[in-house]
Parts: sequence; C-alpha cells; structure tokens
Amino acid sequence: MASGVKPRVKVPKKAAAGDVITIKSLISHKMESGQRKDKEGNLIPRSIINRFTVEFNGQSVLDMTMEPAISTNPYVQFEATVPEAGDFVFTWYDDDGSVYDTTKSVAIG
Amino acid sequence: MEFSRRDTLALGLGAAVVTVLPFSVNAAADDVIATFTGGADMGDAGIDLTAPEIAENGNTVPVEVSAPGASAILLVATGNPTPGVAQFNFGPLAGSQSASTRIRLAGTQDVVAIAKLADGSFAKASSTVKVTIGGCGG
Repeated sequence: MASGVKPRVKVPKKAAAGDVITIKSLISHKMESGQRKDKEGNLIPRSIINRFTVEFNGQSVLDMTMEPAISTNPYVQFEATVPEAGDFVFTWYDDDGSVYDTTKSVAIG
Repeated sequence: MEFSRRDTLALGLGAAVVTVLPFSVNAAADDVIATFTGGADMGDAGIDLTAPEIAENGNTVPVEVSAPGASAILLVATGNPTPGVAQFNFGPLAGSQSASTRIRLAGTQDVVAIAKLADGSFAKASSTVKVTIGGCGG
C-alpha cells in the first residue's frame, strides 16, 4: 500500500429528489508514472491508481479507468443524479492491489 | 566534396524520412483509439473538450470533457509515451456525461477526446495544448 493515501470527496449534504449535483473527488497519491528515473538512473516502477468508481445505492454513476497520464493526487469532478436519499460509495483501485473507499450520505430535503 | 546524382537522391530521401518521422509517434495513440472505437468512423458533433491553449506546467493540465448522452468517453494524449489518459464510463445515475480532471502532458501536443454516443456512433474532438515544462520527469 502506498503511503499517505487519503481520499477526499465533496458532496452536498442535502439535495431535492431528482436533483443533479456536482461532486468533487480527490485522493492523495503520488501516481508514479513508471517513466521517471531516480538519481542512479534506474526507472522508478509504476505505481498508480488505475480505476475509480462511484456508485449510489448500488447503481453506477461513474467508472473511470486511469492511466499514468493522470496527475499526482488524482482529481475528478463530475455530476450525479440523486433520485432518493442514500449513500455515495467512492472506490479507488491501486496498482498494488490496495482498495481505498469512502462513503458520503445525501439526505433529501 | 562533390555531390553525385546518387548522393543527392539519398540526401533527399533522408530528409523526407526525418520530416515524416514525427507522425509515426502517433501510431501508439491511433492503436489506443482503434481499440476503443473498433475502427469505426468518427463524427465531430456531440462532444466538447475544454483544455487550456497554453499550459505552463505539464504535470497538471486541467481538462474537461462533455458529451451529452454518451456512454463512454476516452481521453488520449497523442504525444505522451503512453498515449492513453483515461476512460470515463457513465452509469445510469450520471447527472450529465461530463467530467473534469487533471492530466500530465510530456510536451506540446494534441489532446483528443472520443465519445461513444447513445446511438453507438463515435464523435471526436481535439485540442492543441502548448506545454512550457513537460510533465514526464526524466
């Protein structure tokens, strides 16, 4: 597991049913591209987050495949529909097999 | 040194190869695109790609893609060592088929976005980004 990985997600606490909300997500991760070399000239092995998924009450919102060309601390902004109260589940998949996730609840009101 | 007819021809041929070479860099990018589209033709309506004209730092270039009704959007940086950047697959609860993120660019190049539209056709948009400092280290 890469060190210092911390997911941060911004989701409104409340929304009207059927509303489209904007979600901002960021996870601190070095996203080593596998192209860089260390001081001795050896390639630093690739270590990135290769997949990011968002689900709301089990239904898919976004499924994103990431390549090394995504910047350090991957940031993604997108929009989601909220049909009812429930939970957004955000999941990041690391190259080394680690899975990071976080959950945000949205109330209707 | 005197140039014979043969030498001159060889020189001209060499020059031609050098000018054609930069295009072969795009072959890898074309492969990535072909895998996504299956070789289908691409229109240019129905997709928007927003990228800066000049990026001072190639390590974080903000880009935004939007394609109403699309089921998937592929983002490709044609001049990167690995041209694929990201693929967005939108689920039934996506509020709009748009997303923005930050990408790395190795140098001045074209960024291409391709959307798979609702009717199964593909649309392509591209934007040239000038990069002052490349973002691939090394």
